[in-house]
Formats: sequence, structure tokens, C-alpha cells
Amino acid sequence: MKKTLFTMAILLLVIIGCKKIMPPSPKDDELLDGPVEGLTTAETQQFLKGDVAFNDDIFTPQNGLGPIFVANSCGSCHAGDGKGHPFTTLTRFGQIDSTGNQWLSFGAPQLQNRAIPGYTPETLPSGVGFSKILPPANTGLGFLDAVSDVDIIAMSDPSDADADGISGVPNWVNIPSYCQLRPNAIPQGGKYIGRYGKKGAAYDLLQQTANAYNQDMGINTTFEPYDTYSKLEVDPEVSNSTVHNVVFYLKTLKAPIQRSQNDGDVQTGKQIFVSIGCEKCHKSELRTGASSISALSNKTFSPYTDLLLHNMGAGLDDNYTEGSAKTYEWKTPALWGLGLSKNSQGGSYFLMHDGRAHSIEAAIQMHGGEGQQSNTNFQNLSESDKQKLIKFLESL
Amino acid sequence: MKHLITVTFFILSAHISFSQIDTSKVKRTPTDTSKMQLNLDAVYNRPFLQYGKIPVAIGGYAEANTQYAVTDGVTEGFSFQMRRMTLFLSSSIHRKIKFLTEIEFEDGTKEINIEFAALDFQFHHLLNFRGGIIMNPIGAFNQNHDGPRWEFIDRPISATQLLPSTFSNVGFGFYGKVYKSNYVWAYELYLTNGLNDNIIGNAENKTFLPATKLNPDRFEESFNGEPLTSAKTTLRVRKIGELGLSYMGGVYNKFQEDGLILDKKRRADVVAVDFNTTIPKANTVITTEFAWTFVDVPDTYTQQFGKKQHGGFIDIVQPIIKKKMFGFEKASFNAAVRAEYVDWNVGTFKETGGNIADEIFAIVPAISFRTSPQTVIRLNYRYEWQKDLLGNPAARTGAIQFGVSSYF
Repeated sequence: MKKTLFTMAILLLVIIGCKKIMPPSPKDDELLDGPVEGLTTAETQQFLKGDVAFNDDIFTPQNGLGPIFVANSCGSCHAGDGKGHPFTTLTRFGQIDSTGNQWLSFGAPQLQNRAIPGYTPETLPSGVGFSKILPPANTGLGFLDAVSDVDIIAMSDPSDADADGISGVPNWVNIPSYCQLRPNAIPQGGKYIGRYGKKGAAYDLLQQTANAYNQDMGINTTFEPYDTYSKLEVDPEVSNSTVHNVVFYLKTLKAPIQRSQNDGDVQTGKQIFVSIGCEKCHKSELRTGASSISALSNKTFSPYTDLLLHNMGAGLDDNYTEGSAKTYEWKTPALWGLGLSKNSQGGSYFLMHDGRAHSIEAAIQMHGGEGQQSNTNFQNLSESDKQKLIKFLESL
Repeated sequence: MKHLITVTFFILSAHISFSQIDTSKVKRTPTDTSKMQLNLDAVYNRPFLQYGKIPVAIGGYAEANTQYAVTDGVTEGFSFQMRRMTLFLSSSIHRKIKFLTEIEFEDGTKEINIEFAALDFQFHHLLNFRGGIIMNPIGAFNQNHDGPRWEFIDRPISATQLLPSTFSNVGFGFYGKVYKSNYVWAYELYLTNGLNDNIIGNAENKTFLPATKLNPDRFEESFNGEPLTSAKTTLRVRKIGELGLSYMGGVYNKFQEDGLILDKKRRADVVAVDFNTTIPKANTVITTEFAWTFVDVPDTYTQQFGKKQHGGFIDIVQPIIKKKMFGFEKASFNAAVRAEYVDWNVGTFKETGGNIADEIFAIVPAISFRTSPQTVIRLNYRYEWQKDLLGNPAARTGAIQFGVSSYF
């Protein structure tokens, strides 16, 4: 009897102790994935469906992969919804000005550098301009989507009227027929403001998602029905509802949460960030307009981008572009989540549009053109101030 | 030879019960518990029930458990699982011809598989012919996987997610043994239907040999017309232990169809080493197995699918108390631990030269109570670290598992 009681007591202790010996959740500010606060139950369910499609759907030759492709799942490029790794860098080529891409018949705009067995992947035509594009983080995209065109245009300064050396222009793009215009969208010459992609050439998350299915994975949808290999219109390989769920997932991923906000060095670093001119492009505060997702409506958020194109100098001119952007112009990347990048890039930094910078300091030093003055200002900082600035950036 | 003929309870089929057959005529076929048994013998060395002199014996085992698992603080709560129920049926057709089949129901009736169904013809102790659905003898676990034999609820990761555990195919082959006073040596050599290209095109997003089991036609026809070769040699030395070396390999892709060449022949090859021993006096049982796979993945395919993999496990089981307990005559209380590791993608990224991770490490302390050697009640605590392809911070999973498993 004593033995029985002893055994039962041991088992009871084990059961009670279960929760104490289980791995805890990482802090919310250490994760990039997870939904924005305030979703309704129905919205949460759609978020979960999109999460599954984005992170768990693996494409194989049996269910439509390729036959030429870059990656075989969304999650391959965006581990934990963070920045990508050079392993899945995209190569885009063929367009050097706003007249459009002249190399479409050679597989442009994107190189599919992998193929399922029995097929041959594409190779880059000789002499063509191209850019390597590192997959970006997915976080907070819905907030960026909900910024009004008016606000974006208000931040632009095409002729540098204030003579601060920073211009900033939207990328005016043609939009595909399946995209719905945002309320109060502002056209210019029949084109609209693009806000996704390193050049800002995708109008919205539906276009970005449909293009990724098609050009990254060789998966056709009713939105992008032409196979990248045969160039023929083929049956859709994922449903419209799956695409919409993924778009909803991307739109409702939370914004990264800044860490160590009360740290004195971080606060000083932020002041330095502003004082040396970084904040002129990497805007610390934007505001959303009305959104059909109430959790995204009329919110103030801190992405550290202005969603505008800037001349980044000859060093970052790859002789390739998209939309109305020049080859030396790049959309200001959002800096939120920067400090968590290593957690999705295998423990190392791969920064700038193609991952060429392996530290934040190196990335700053690669800023030319409109970013040159801030770069110079950074070089002139004391080592202590440089470290405070970097500590601030790593807190984002 | 020391016999441990243990029977803790009798379960007969409904047919036998309702037919009111004289149960005194039902006898349990003894398992061979000599120290010179090999993993090769596991398929026949099971407790069977036989009625009278009918040359047919039946048996089986069942295992069920509950588990509470948490990954990085997120849990789906408690689950109760009926992992598997397996039925054996064996028949002595002739003194030198026998048949055995093993039918497994996994997760209720989610998966129903004929894991083994083979006829054995003994021409000589060194020359036995086996034909039918056989278990490819790669590693030791594939042959010796019955739940009641193990102190751990989960099968080893290297046996289920690197090697295709309970991988069986239609084929023929030979096996044989040589017994001497201090050692026994055995060999097995089979040709069977083989692998298929699911191993580099699957929802696991990695080179995954177990995905070859998804081909429902593998008992009907070869995927590519190329046989899979399985071979194993085993040496057991009394007082030292059993060492096995095994190989399995063949072409996995469909390289031709209707006489047209589609691709070159691409091979998948596996080599495994297994060892088990019992340390004298302490009676500590050590079981270990390590495997290496080599897969000819096209260079133009994604690096997501590794060309080399390796992994293995080591189990240490220490009997603590062996005596009559709770009314069970030959009960034992054991402590055990398993350490296991698998790297599904051994290599470096072409783009950066950095290590490709895609690996898992787990440690599983356990306690078990055996009412007899055929029945086990076990409590496992599992903690594992799993890294993705890029080597990002590991996802940590903890799990408490409690379950029972028994032959019947």
C-alpha cells in the first residue's frame, strides 16, 4: 500500500511539474511572427489559415513546384517571417530604365536558378544588368499597406525643395488588373504608388504574393497564370482562397516590438540617429489611414521608412531597375526588426538589398548618393556614439 | 539455456472465446530468451498463442500513451494516442517451411500496413530462402521495433525520420546463421522493390527516405524497375554483444518511361552500424545505432534537400529493482535514457560556405515498470532542440509521455 501511494505521489509530482520543465515562450519582442493585436475571431482564423499556407505548404514536383524555381515554400525564404539568407537570394534582370524590361523573352524579370529533376534551370544572359535581391522580413506589412498615398507623397521631395540633399520619390508603377485600388489612391500618368519590393515595384500584397508564387516557386494562380518555364497559361496550382489567406496573413503580421527602449544608450543612439540625418529617410513614425481590418486602422507606428525611392549612389547601382525607379534608386527599407535579423539569417547579418553588408556598420558605410551625408556624419562620430547608434538600431 | 517463459495475462480472439474452445489447450509459444539471439530473430522471437496442435499461432502487441508537449511555450494540450496495434500470425507449413505475417494498425485505422508477410524455406542453417513482404534489414531497429521491447514511447528519430522505420517491401533473398559456442554470425541479403523520388519531393522539405513509404504501389510494382539491395551481417559474441553492419541502396528516380530516357539513374545508399550489449553484473543494457545516407540529389535542385545525412541514437537501460512487485511475479523497475541526433543535411551552402543545419538533438530520460518482459508501463520526458536549415535559434520542445505497451 505504501509503495502504491509512493508511486502515485511521484506521478502526481511529475504531472504538476510538467509546466515547470517545459521550454518557455520567447519574449514577444524577440519574435517577428504572430498576429497584430485586436483581430476578430474570424480574422484570427484566416490568419491561421494563411500561416499554414505560408509556413507549412511545401511544393514538390508532384504538387506543382517549378519546373524552374528559386525556392519551394514561402517559409524557405522568410524563416520566422524574418529577413532571408543568400541561399534564397533572387536574381532579377533585364530592365535598365522606365521603358520596361527588354529581356522578357529570356526569362526576365526573374532568374529561376533551380529546377526539378530532369529540367534545366535558367542562366543569366551575358551582358545583362541584374540585381541580387535578399528576401525581406514580412513583419508589419499591413501597416505599410494602410499608409495613405497622400502621406507618402507628402514625404516626397522630388526636386529637393528644402535643399537638405534628400529628395525621395514614389515608384509609380502600372498595376495588374487583379489589384484593387486603395481608397483615395492617387494616380500619376495612369500609374500608382508601388510600396513592396526593394524597388517598391509591387502595388500591394496580392501582387507581391502572386508574383512570389509564380516567379519564386513556379506555382501558378489565376492571378499569374503563365508558367515561367513554358510561358503558357496553365491551370492554377493553388486556389484563390489560399492566396487571399496568405495575403491576409502577411497583412496582419504584427509590427516588430522595440527592445530595451528605456536603456540610456539606446535613447542616446536614437537621438544620434536623428541628428546625423538618418531619420530623414528612415522615418520613425508613420500613420495608417482607414483599413478594412480595424486592428490596422488609424494607427501610429514606427517602421523607419518613408516608402520612397532614393538615389543611393554608384556603389549600389546594379544597372537594374523596376517601375519608374532609376537603377541607382532603392526604396528606403524599414529598419524595424533589424536587430532580430540574425535570428532568421542563420546567426549572421546579411544586410542591404543583396546581403552584401555583414554588419550594421558596414551597411551604413555603403550608403552613397542621398545617404552619403549621413554616412559621412556617422564616420565622424566618436566610437562611443557609433556604438550607441548601433545599439539603438539593434533594439529595433 | 535459461528459459524465461512469462505470461502475465491471456487475451484470446473473440472467435476463440465465443466458440468456447477449451482454453486449457491454448498454450503460449515460448520466446527464445537465450543470450545468443540476434535482431534478425526478432521477427519470430515473439510470444505467440497456439491452440492445441494446430500449426498456426497468433500474437500481437498494442501500445497507447498520452503526451503533453510544448514547443517554445506553445502547446496543443494533452493528447491520448493509440499509436499502434499489431497482429502477428505465424504458421508452420512444414518442419522447414514457415510463414509469418505482421499487420499493423497505426493511429487507430489511419494507417494499416502489412509490415511483414513472408515464407521462409530452410535448406540449410546457412541458406534460408525468404520471399514475400520483408523488412529491409537496415540498422537494427527496423527489424526489432516492437513497442513492448523498448522503454521509450517514441521510436528513435534516426529510425523513423532518417531511416524508414518498419520499411518493408516485396522481394526475395537469403539469410543464414552459424552458431558456435561463443559466437553467432549471421547474414541477410535481399532484393526488393525499392525507393522512389518522394525522398527528394515531400512535405518534410528535406531529403527524407521514409517518404518512400508513401508510394502505395510499392507492393505491386517497382517504381523504376531497379531492385533495392539490402544486406546485413551480424556478429554476436557471448559476453561482449552484437554488432551489425548493414547496407541498403538502389536507384530512386524514374530515369526512363516507355523506353524514353528521362534522367540519369540516381542512387540513394544507406550504411548503418548497430550494437547492443548487456554489461555483466550491473545488467545495464546498451543499444545504439548510427546511420549515414548518401543521396544523388541533382545539383540544379534546391540545397534544401541534402546529399548526405547522418544520425543515430544510444539507449541505456538500467534495471533498478527486479522482484515480485504489486503482485507481478517477475516485475522490474528500470531507469533509462536515450540520446539521439540527426543531421538531415550535412554540408555547406554554396552561396556563403556556411554550415547547413537542419538537425535535431534530443535527450529522453525515462522510467519504466515492467510487469513482465512482455509488458511495460513507461514514463518519458523528452527535450529536443531542432534547428532549421539556416541554423537559426533552435526550436525547443519538451514533452511528458506516459504509456503502456504489451504483447498479447
